[in-house]
Parts: sequence; C-alpha cells; structure tokens
Amino acid sequence: MVDLASLSTSASAAVAESRPRPVSQLPLAEPRGVRVALIGIALLFLLLFLIIPLVAVFTEALREGVAVYFAALAEPEALAAIRLTLLTALIVVPLNVVFGIAAAWAVTKFEFPGKSFLITLIDLPFSVSPVIGGMVFVILFGLQGIFGPWVMAHELKIIFAVPGIVIATLFVTLPFVARELIPLMQQQGPTQEEAALMLGASGWQTLRRVTLPNVKWALLYGILLCNGRAIGEFGAVSVVSGHIGGLTNTMPLHVEILYNDYAFAASFAVASLLTLMALATLVLKTVLEWRTGVGSQGRPH
Amino acid sequence: MRIQIENLCKSFAGTPVLDQINLEMGEREFLGLLGPSGSGKTTLLRILGGLEFADAGSVRFNGRDITTLPLEDRQVGFVFQHYALFNHMRVSENVAFGLKVRPRRKRPAPGDIEKRVAELLDLVQLKDFGERFPAQLSGGQRQRVALARTLAIEPKVLLLDEPFGALDAKVRVELRRWLREVHDRTGVTTVFVTHDQDEALDLADRVAVMNQGRVEQIGTPTEIYETPKTPFVFDFLGRTNAFACQVKNGKARLGDKSIPVEGVPDGNAVAFVRPHDIVLAATAADGPSEDALLPGQAVVRFISVLGPRAAVELSHERQLVEAVVTREMLQELGLVRGGKCRIRLRLPTIFPKKEVDEEARGDKTKRHWLRLRRRGKRRTG
Repeated sequence: MVDLASLSTSASAAVAESRPRPVSQLPLAEPRGVRVALIGIALLFLLLFLIIPLVAVFTEALREGVAVYFAALAEPEALAAIRLTLLTALIVVPLNVVFGIAAAWAVTKFEFPGKSFLITLIDLPFSVSPVIGGMVFVILFGLQGIFGPWVMAHELKIIFAVPGIVIATLFVTLPFVARELIPLMQQQGPTQEEAALMLGASGWQTLRRVTLPNVKWALLYGILLCNGRAIGEFGAVSVVSGHIGGLTNTMPLHVEILYNDYAFAASFAVASLLTLMALATLVLKTVLEWRTGVGSQGRPH
Repeated sequence: MRIQIENLCKSFAGTPVLDQINLEMGEREFLGLLGPSGSGKTTLLRILGGLEFADAGSVRFNGRDITTLPLEDRQVGFVFQHYALFNHMRVSENVAFGLKVRPRRKRPAPGDIEKRVAELLDLVQLKDFGERFPAQLSGGQRQRVALARTLAIEPKVLLLDEPFGALDAKVRVELRRWLREVHDRTGVTTVFVTHDQDEALDLADRVAVMNQGRVEQIGTPTEIYETPKTPFVFDFLGRTNAFACQVKNGKARLGDKSIPVEGVPDGNAVAFVRPHDIVLAATAADGPSEDALLPGQAVVRFISVLGPRAAVELSHERQLVEAVVTREMLQELGLVRGGKCRIRLRLPTIFPKKEVDEEARGDKTKRHWLRLRRRGKRRTG
C-alpha cells in the first residue's frame, strides 16, 4: 500500500515509517465511530430488506411441514406452471442470445447512420413498464387488436396462450445479452476482426473463432441475467396470460393465484422454488464475476 | 510484387484525407511512409490492404487493378500497431490461424501446418514460446508473433502500421534491424508507416514523406535527408534553425558568403540549417572556411550535455539558435552559460520565403476547411 504521507519525509524516516500503520491513520479512513455507524446502517438495511424476506419465504413455505411443501409442488397446476416457465426461458434465452450477438456485432464493428438511435431502442424495454409492454401485445394481437382479425382468420392463438407469454417475455428480456456485449466489444474495437479477415478468414470464421471467444464470459453473464428475468417476469406476462390454470400460468402467476386463494403454504412453496432458481443464478453470476474480474470494473447496470 | 498507385483520393465525411496520391514500388522494395499524424499515411496503408476503399484513383498489383478487390483476394499481410493478437489462442495457434481458416481444398495437412508454424517461430526467434499465450509475452515478442502470423499466409505484399510505435526505444531499434533482415530474406514487397524519421531513414529503401494527404517527396533516405525538396520535408526530418536571407541573381547572401542557389527566385528567402551543421567559433579569425559566418556575436543561453554530444542554445540578434557540438569542441572553445561566440552555417538549404510561409499556414488551411464544412452543415441543418 502506498503511504502518501511518508513520501515527503526524509529517506531514513521513510524506512522507519514503512511499517504498516494502524488502519485508523490511513489518509482516507474516517474516525472509528463513523465507520462503525456506517457499516452498521448498511448491515441493518441488508438484514431488513434482503435477508429477512428470504428467510420468511422459506419459513412460510415449510410452516405446515415438509409433506405439504412437496405436495404443493407436485400438484398438476404447479407442475404445469413450472413446465411453462422453463419452456418460456428455453425459447426466449436462445433467441435473445442470437439477437444480442447480432445487435452487438452490428453496433460495435460498423459505422452507420442511426447507430445511437438503435442503441437507445435496445434499451427501451428497460425504461418501459413491463405491464405496458404486455398491453402493447394485447393491442396488437388481441381480439380487438390491430392484427386481431388476421390472427383469428389463421386460427392462431397468441394472447391468453403460450405464444403471447413467450413474446411478452422476449420483449422484456431483449436488452440483457446485447447490453452485456456492447460495452466490452466497443472497448475491444474491430482490430482483431480486421486481423482475422486479413489472414483470410471468412466473416463466419471470424465470428466463431475470434469474436465469440473474446466475449464468452460477458455472453454467459448476459445469458444468466436474461434467464433470471425470463423465469421471474410477472407484469408483462400477467397481462397477456389470461391466468388459465394448468395452461397459461407461469410460476410467478401461479404464486399470486395461490396467495389470493389463501393457500399460503402452497404459494410460498412455489415462491421458494423461484427463489432457489434466483439464488442459483446469483451463485453462477458470482462465480463468473470472480472468474473474469468483471465485478471490479464499472458497469452500466 | 510491383505496386502502382495512381491519383488516389479519399475523404472522410467531407474532409480530404488523401489528395491525388501517386506512388510506384518495385519488386522486393521496402518503402517507408513517413508523416505526422493526420497526414493520411495510415489511410493509404489501409486502402492498400483493403480495409478501406478509395473514392477515386486506382491501385495496381503487378499491373492488375485491385482497387475494388475485397481484401481476402489480395494476398496482403497486415501488421497492426497494437499487434491485434488473438489473446485466447496460444502463440502457435495464432501463427497457424491463417492456414487453418483456409477452405478445405487449399488447407495444408495438419502436419504441414505444424511444420510451417515451427519454421516461422524459428524465423522470429520464438522457438520455445509456441505454448504461451500472448499475455505472457513482452511487447517486442508479441509484435514478432504478429509478424510470424502474417508471414504464415505467404503474403505478396506486407503492410505494417507503425509496427514499433508501442515499444520502448531499445527494443524498437533491435526489432527494426531484425525486420529488415526478415525482409531481405523473404523478399516480400513491404510498406511500413511511421512518424519516426529515424526509423524511416534507418530502415527503408525509399521513403515517401507525407503531409496533409499528399506525398511531399519520395526518394532514398540519403536523398530525402540531404536534398529535401520542400520546407516541410526539411523541418519534419529533424530539428531546424531558420535564417532569413536575400536571393539576388541566383545567389543567396548569407553572412559573409554568397551561395549559388537553384530554383529559388530573387527576393526574400529562408536558409534552413540543422543543429549539427551550426559551427561555433571563438573569434572571426579562426581561419578561412567554406561555411558562412554570421555577423556579430551570439550569447550562450543554455548547455545540456548528452553523452558525447552537447546541445547549445544560443541567442543571435534576438533569434534563438540550436547547435549540437561534440563535447571536445565545447571544452576547446571553453563555452559556458552567458559566454560569447561566433556562428558559422554549414550546408544551408535555401527555400523561397513564400513557400515557407505557405507551409506555416498549412494548419490554417485545415482550419479553413473545417470552417467551410461547419458552415455547410448549418445551412443544410
């Protein structure tokens, strides 16, 4: 650690002072009382708003015993909700990976008019309320909607059906992968791709052998965030789903329905499963950050 | 490979970057593109490589027009200033890249690729480094890997964009000797871009000095250094002292001498002299000399000794003069700060004052362009 104060003293004094000083004397450190108070407040906040709710979810879920807990999860409607949630994530995440890579590649490797507008557009789902996102698709594909007659004529079901849920989730999670890739690829610049092309690689070979390996950790990180949101999305999905038990209920919707029916233990049981998925995502994310050192740098989100 | 560049023009967003470039290169030639930043040298190199396309004019390789040929069909090797190595690949994989991405029918067998990589690593003196990653190499080693990677595709033309720009001084000198050796051994026509005049003069067969999108002069290092055609070239190749003088009947009056000049019209002129061509003398009675002796005495303002040489800053008739003399000379003359001496000018290069002034206004011309552009934008917006 560089001790700024000792730099100005004479050489002999500098030797004497090169022993580490007590923490309280570091130039940037606050007085002890202030430090304890600030750390205390931060910990209290964490306890109140993060740890207690988390514990509450699991205590409520297990309040009526392990048997009830597993029974709630094994119920047909719960299983259907789990299946639908996983199916949605399974469709949405790969699509957004493809979209994210394509968008990031276009934005960072080429110059074209309207580029900054495109970047803003990619961020739109972040700034719009998910409920409004859902409403938009009802307006577009609902019975009274703009494409409603066309959808009817082709005997398609979009709103109050699985396709609507997938589309709404796709909308909400659209920025995640692209937002992770764009800053990194901007920082890397187009030089490595230029080098690959100069060595005779085709565009596809350049993407596969040079671009993707360079961004693989950011890509994985984006996939995790996208997946987390796809599983947990409530607002947009709630608008387009129609809440048909066993058919169009995802896990978050199922939790709400059970809760409204006073089936608290069952509701919290499903909620605990969602929480576990989120925790698993967090652990993976931490591992990734540790692996890449991403967490130590400034991030846009 | 012979290269012919004819009337090449390029502009970015309305600002001209290359203005009617004409250049010719012979087989096995080693050409240096020398110029300050913004002179268009890198753009010219990128157009040769196919990373940019010209607005007008043509580029020919061995007579064949390749102006619009995509880069993968050019057989050109490009070495980037910051190496552009693939960081996730080992050194040997980097070198093998250009061979492995070839279409199957043109791709050498795996054993042959391995052999070729070993040869190239040997050539760049990195035989035992194949298993390392680029991050585990020094800057000089990385640039050598970049070169080996480029040579692997057996380019007909090798282009280097400030290849030693990111390296420290000592490594830079070693690497450029070595690059010259590699060139002489492989015989590939080579163009390199640099803003370092020592590097260009030391390394190239011929040097093209570029300024504001034009080639000011092209010639061998000796020609460029000894007979610079424009004030810009003289000024760019080293430190410069400028002395006002008069030309009359084809002779320049400089100090106590009349120097015959060619191509300089009568009237005001400027004599350019390098610091090491400033000769210091104790008194006027130092004996007869070819060099022009300036009237009056100069006062020593500052002396800094750098190894065997000393840089002396003098003021002569309110003008600052930089001289570089040997340390022996300094002692012989007994020069100290505040001391006095006379100045002789060896090998002055004389330009008409008009040209020198125009050169000095060069920056203003650029500003003028920008102003015009802005005005145009405002009108359309």
